[in-house]
Amino acid sequence: MNWFHFSSPSTFYGLAGRLAPWFFILATALAAWGLYLGLLVAPTDAQQGEVYRVIFIHVPTAWMSMFLYFIMACYCALTLVFNTRLSAMMARAIAPTGAMFTFIALWTGAFWGRPTWGTYWVWDARLTSELVLLFLYFGYMSLANAFEDPRRGDRAAALLALIGVVNLPIIYFSVQWWNTLHQGSSVSFKGTSMHVTMLTGMLVMSASAWMYAIGATLVRVRSVILERERRAQWIRNLPEASA
Amino acid sequence: MKPRTKRAVAIAGGLAALGVAAALVLNAFQSNLVFFFTPTQVAKKEVPIDRNFRVGGLVEGGTVVRQKDALSVTFKITDGAQSVPVTYTGILPDLFKEGKGVVAEGRVGTDGIFKASQVLAKHDENYMPPEAAEALKQAGHPMAKENFAGQGGGGVTR
Repeated sequence: MNWFHFSSPSTFYGLAGRLAPWFFILATALAAWGLYLGLLVAPTDAQQGEVYRVIFIHVPTAWMSMFLYFIMACYCALTLVFNTRLSAMMARAIAPTGAMFTFIALWTGAFWGRPTWGTYWVWDARLTSELVLLFLYFGYMSLANAFEDPRRGDRAAALLALIGVVNLPIIYFSVQWWNTLHQGSSVSFKGTSMHVTMLTGMLVMSASAWMYAIGATLVRVRSVILERERRAQWIRNLPEASA
Repeated sequence: MKPRTKRAVAIAGGLAALGVAAALVLNAFQSNLVFFFTPTQVAKKEVPIDRNFRVGGLVEGGTVVRQKDALSVTFKITDGAQSVPVTYTGILPDLFKEGKGVVAEGRVGTDGIFKASQVLAKHDENYMPPEAAEALKQAGHPMAKENFAGQGGGGVTR
C-alpha cells in the first residue's frame, strides 16, 4: 500500500467526503449518550449542586481547544519542513473548529464561574492563557488569509502557530505552577478525583467532541481544496462540477 | 544537509530557544502571575502594602460572624499555619462555607484586619455525590483541606 496515496489533495478530497458523514453520525450518537449520562444519570455534586453539570461541555471543549491547536501546529511543522500542500490546507481547516471550542470553553466557564466563584471573569493564569489561545487561533486565521499568494500565507501563519505552541504547557500547568482561582485538574495521568459516572459522561462527551472536530475538519478541508485547486483539471472532471 | 532537514533543525532549534525564553520570562514574572497570596505570606509581610491584593485559603471553621445589618460579615482565612482576619460587606458566593476555599481581594487596614472589596469562592477538583461526601466526612477524610493546602501552602511554586 502506498502511504502517500492520500497525501495528494485530489485523492484526499474524495476520501474526506466519504468519511465525514460517519464521523458526524458517531459524534451525534456519542453526544446523545454523553448528555444522557451527564444530565440524567450522573448524581448532583455535593458542593456545587446542579451547576457543576456544565463540565460535560466545558471540560471536553477546553481539552479540544488545546489538542486541536497541537494538531494544527503539527500540520504547520509539516508545511514548513516538507512544503506539503495538504498539511497547510488541513491546518487551515482545523483552525475555525479550534477557535470555536476555545470560545465555548471560555463562555461556559464564565457562566459556571458566576454562581460558583461569584464572578464571570478573573485575570488568573488559567483563564488568561486560554484567552491568549483564542487570540492565537484568530491571529492564525487572519495571517493565513492576509496574503495574495496563499502559499505565503500558509508559511507565515505556520510560523505563528508554532510560536504559539509555547502557550499550551502554560495553559495546562498554570493551575499547578501558580496560585489560581481555577481549580486543579480533576483528571490526570495519575488518576481522578471525580465520581465514576461523572467521569464517564465527561469522557463520552470528549469522544463526541473529537468525532465532531474530525468531521468538521474533513468537510472544511474539502472547501479549502476546491478553492485552492479550482484551476486543476481533476476538479473540472468532478461529477458535481459539470452540473 | 538536505534543505528540508535544515528547515526541520531550524524549527526545532527555534522552538527550543522560544521555550527557554518563555520559561525565563515566566520565572521572572513569577510573583506577578500569582492570583492570590497565602495567609503565611501575609504574616511574613511578603505582600504589597499600599495597594489591593488577594488572600486565598480556607474559611476557618467557627469564625464566620454575620453582623446585624446582615450584609457585613467577618471571618478568618487560614492555610493551616497562619490566619488572616477579614471583614467584608456584600453578597457572598453560594459556595462560601466554613472549611471551604475562598479568595478575598482588598487591603490590610491599620488595625491589621483585611478589608475585602470582593470575596470569591474557590472550588476544589473533587466532584462527588452528597452521599459520597458524607461518607468521607464521617470517615474523617480531610480531602478538601489537603487539596487546597497543596496549592497554597506557603510557597509560590511547588
